[in-house]
Amino acid sequence: MGYILNNPAQVWELVLQHMQMTLITLAIAVLLALPLSLLIYRYRWLNVPILGTLGVFYTVPSLALIILFVPLFGLNAQSVIAAMVLYTQVILVRNLVVGLQAIPPAVMEAAKGMGMNTWQRWWQVQVPLILPVFLAGLRLSAVVAIAIATIGAKFGAGGLGTLLFDGIAQAGRYDKIWAGAIAVSILAFALNGALLALQWAVNPTRKLYKSQGKVRQHLASVTE
Amino acid sequence: MNAIEFSKVSLKFPGSPRWAVDEVDCEIEQGKLVVILGPSGCGKTTLLKMVNRLYEPSAGTIYVNGQDIRRVQATELRQQIGYVIQQSGLFPHMTVAQNIGVVPKLLGWEKPRIQSRVDELLNLVALPPGDFRDRYPAQLSGGQQQRVGVARALAGDPQVILMDEPFGAIDAITRAALQDEILRLQQQLQKTILFVSHDVEEALRLADRILILKAGQVVQYDTPFNILTRPANQFVHELMGADDMVRQLGLLRVETAMSDAPPNYRHNGAEPTITRHDSLREALSLILRTGARRLTVLENGIAVGVLTLEHIRDSASIGVSA
Repeated sequence: MGYILNNPAQVWELVLQHMQMTLITLAIAVLLALPLSLLIYRYRWLNVPILGTLGVFYTVPSLALIILFVPLFGLNAQSVIAAMVLYTQVILVRNLVVGLQAIPPAVMEAAKGMGMNTWQRWWQVQVPLILPVFLAGLRLSAVVAIAIATIGAKFGAGGLGTLLFDGIAQAGRYDKIWAGAIAVSILAFALNGALLALQWAVNPTRKLYKSQGKVRQHLASVTE
Repeated sequence: MNAIEFSKVSLKFPGSPRWAVDEVDCEIEQGKLVVILGPSGCGKTTLLKMVNRLYEPSAGTIYVNGQDIRRVQATELRQQIGYVIQQSGLFPHMTVAQNIGVVPKLLGWEKPRIQSRVDELLNLVALPPGDFRDRYPAQLSGGQQQRVGVARALAGDPQVILMDEPFGAIDAITRAALQDEILRLQQQLQKTILFVSHDVEEALRLADRILILKAGQVVQYDTPFNILTRPANQFVHELMGADDMVRQLGLLRVETAMSDAPPNYRHNGAEPTITRHDSLREALSLILRTGARRLTVLENGIAVGVLTLEHIRDSASIGVSA
């Protein structure tokens, strides 16, 4: 903790690097997962091959996966980000597909039969209904990405992993290890908490309870 | 002008060896309620879904209000046609008011107009707006959900409404209440309704005309009375359960058997009265209970016909001879 207080500027810069890597990863991952999920939703038979392949990647240790990308992108943040994107795909795609498939067919048929076009069905019906499940997946992906980004320091990507690896390399610098570990944890908790709050805010059942409360109030006022 | 017209409409699903709908010709008059009736797999839902272009026919043409529906954009056509489906299909993340407001919103109505339309429709389907406007579908019973489904279909004030077994998954008592509601709305609003059902009693109760389908083909298209009394063939006879006379009476309306009131007919106050939409079974029960020789048929307080035991017997005996 002392190290963080003594070197706030340096730690802050590493935090920013770490966050930047994580956020870029999540942005690319979502942009990739969306079309993949829609493809699986449209053509069911793609479910097993796509999710199967992504699942296989998920079982490869993160260190090995990053190494695989080094020949392609070089020894830098790009290789780390590519590995993290691939890693989070299985989580995001699976959650999106489950969310889409959980929408009752009658609801989609009603939307179509009432004259919504594809775009309107997506934004007015599908997005609000899959949002809670999607955000749950995004939250898990964020935590996974923050963890893997730590290893990124070994590949010249910077981030809070730098403190950990420095601490290990330099004898007796437990303060750096502590500082890195604490900072990563705080970052993970913060992002997790923020996404959890968002997930809670968009959850339809919360609205349900809220309005049930209103109904109860109403009933109470009627009976009084 | 016919509200809906099918002209040699056929549909074969890819990979299927037989026609799901086979050369259907049928004209549906403006303001009538037509029930498409038949066993499962006879193509009734397929026929219905071609009207709002959820399915496209392989051959033939469908006209809605005189216009070939292929010449209208599918989304635009659907916004002009009300649609009610079996599991209500309400949007779970929207309140009752938002659900009903979907089509008006698509049509680009102003907010205040949508709001007043929502309240008007909730009143129409007997759900007090103050109580129901802000509820979510999960907070409604099956019957209430289906009422909202009907209100939602009416929201854009369409002239044509399609109903795909709307009360199929609802208990018998609620179903009867909803059927009454449909009859009332139909009288009040004069919409053209195409209604899919596999329930004979429901068809007889609601329909101005019944379209009987078997294996994608029209077997008979006629009034409930004519279908019961002059079934086109053995299939229709059995489907309708035409041998059960008391059941038949329960399903025929007074107006199908009565004779018109003679000119200058005056209702003497002692005679029991009945309305033209009551069933012959109720009429028979009333005659037996009161011992009256005849009943006066009233509509809005005015005598429009008379009904005697002979009338009832005649209407029943036609069925026997057929």
